Amino acid sequence: MLKRTVYGVCGAAILGLGLFSLYASNPSIDPVTPPVKTDFSPQMIEQGKVLAAAGYCDTCHTQPGRKPYAGNYEMHTEFGTIYTSNITPDLETGIGSWSQAAFNRAMRTGVSRDGHHLLPAFPYEHFNKMTDEDIQAIYAYIMTSIPAVKQEKKDNGIPFPLNVRSLQAGWKLLFADDKPFQANDQKSEQWNRGAYLAEGITHCGACHTPRNALGGEQYHNMYQGAAIDGWIAPSLTVTSTSPIAWRSQDFYEYLTTGNSPYHGSAAGPMAPVMHKGLSALKEADIRALSVYFADFAGTTDISKPDVNDHLKVAFAAQHQQPDQRLNEGARLYATACQACHYSSDQLVKGRPLITLDSSTHLDEPTNLINVILDGVRSDQGISGIVMPGFRDALSDADISAIAAYLRKEAGEDAWPQLQQKVADVRHQPRFQH
Amino acid sequence: MANFILNGKPMSADVEADTPLLWVIRDELNMTGTKFGCGIGTCGACTVHVGGRATRSCITPVSSVEGAEITTIEGLSENGDHPLQVSWQKLQVPQCGYCQSGQIMQAAALLKDIPNPSDADIDAVMGGNLCRCMTYVRIRSAIHEAANAIKENNNEQTA
Repeated sequence: MLKRTVYGVCGAAILGLGLFSLYASNPSIDPVTPPVKTDFSPQMIEQGKVLAAAGYCDTCHTQPGRKPYAGNYEMHTEFGTIYTSNITPDLETGIGSWSQAAFNRAMRTGVSRDGHHLLPAFPYEHFNKMTDEDIQAIYAYIMTSIPAVKQEKKDNGIPFPLNVRSLQAGWKLLFADDKPFQANDQKSEQWNRGAYLAEGITHCGACHTPRNALGGEQYHNMYQGAAIDGWIAPSLTVTSTSPIAWRSQDFYEYLTTGNSPYHGSAAGPMAPVMHKGLSALKEADIRALSVYFADFAGTTDISKPDVNDHLKVAFAAQHQQPDQRLNEGARLYATACQACHYSSDQLVKGRPLITLDSSTHLDEPTNLINVILDGVRSDQGISGIVMPGFRDALSDADISAIAAYLRKEAGEDAWPQLQQKVADVRHQPRFQH
Repeated sequence: MANFILNGKPMSADVEADTPLLWVIRDELNMTGTKFGCGIGTCGACTVHVGGRATRSCITPVSSVEGAEITTIEGLSENGDHPLQVSWQKLQVPQCGYCQSGQIMQAAALLKDIPNPSDADIDAVMGGNLCRCMTYVRIRSAIHEAANAIKENNNEQTA
């Protein structure tokens, strides 16, 4: 009896494994000679250029300061370091021999031309929401306009068993959203355009949607915020901790100028998203994204932030400063920060009121610490202006004192173990780009 | 190679990316009006404008101002007649003078954002610019004086 059970279980396991291997395996798609410019219309190539920018292909597939799309950009994930692929049209080390069909399969299902599964750091779940035409346009642009670069991809630092590629088939089965884009009849055309972009090419959820323990996006918590690349991608929904809710005009201002005076600047990983990515989109598309996200944030255009109590409180707080001889955070803030961050009784763009900023209201101090350590470059936040970083100027204790002071001024409960968090953020890999 | 616009002119300097902007301005481009004070962004002597905003150049790596427009005390006005420079002379603000270019650059940024500052506004924005000679009282008066001059000038133009 026991023998029969053991045989039965083993047999089922072997059969299961066999079926899974069959399910997990994908055929290789034959290599082709790369297409040339005349194979596509100039409009299609141009459309592909816009979409490739809006999908930040460059940000993840280029090492800072190196040749575009040649890969080996170092991604720090909680599962280990991933080096991104070379997606230049190089025949040997890039995607030069990929047919349109192979490219489509990779974009829609995360399977490489040779049949191996790609890791979900590549957001194919989002790209699958795009139309065939849009995916074709990106293919046309990359294959004809990006110079081929011969560069082998470095091996990922993902430990066993997570590095077993066939297991990705199981991951996809469990977590991947493989449904095509669904328009919502209840919403406007503009909203639906925003949804198509956000859920597809601009893959906003890849950073802003929390993930489960195995890295799957939690679709029921869409856009509710998550940790990414050593920063926090804040919630874009009604769960946002920002004191003043985001309206569509706030999203629009943020996405076109790199800053919303009521909420903060596009720093860290959001800076290239906005400056190198979304800036390629047409104005109408940015409006559509803004309308879509304002719906998640639960606001309407007529919400008036200037009469908002939070704004009044924030202004008033500036005028009642604690005794600087007793409060170290206030003293350091007055010397190192206030010259640029004090704004009398009127918000001035470029003079951010930090107590309104999302960074002082998030549950984690990560973003505030990152900005104090490394500042904001001229190509981040508002173009052409900078905030210097204090990494080499202020100690962990100093930065922690300033952050604690700002947190209190913002009317929030103190962050626990703040000084330790400053040390942690100081030593984490710095987001580059 | 760092590239930026200094006082209206395109400049480039062959320096490491993490070189402080202050060093580039003083040592590479020989503009010595901007001073070195504390080196950690907490005294204000090195203040210049980047994109029109007061910025401590001693802790700003030159790589972070790539392509940006930088103004130093030498470029604040063509003939040294910015309303602040006028009021500074009129009220004889400087004593030793070392911190004064930083003070003036910070004050110029202040008046752009807050054209009619109260004493409290001035104290808050100028609090990061230290003066060991304690010329603070005259600095405050000179800022009020310049604010009034700018207002009168604007009124004349609109009248």
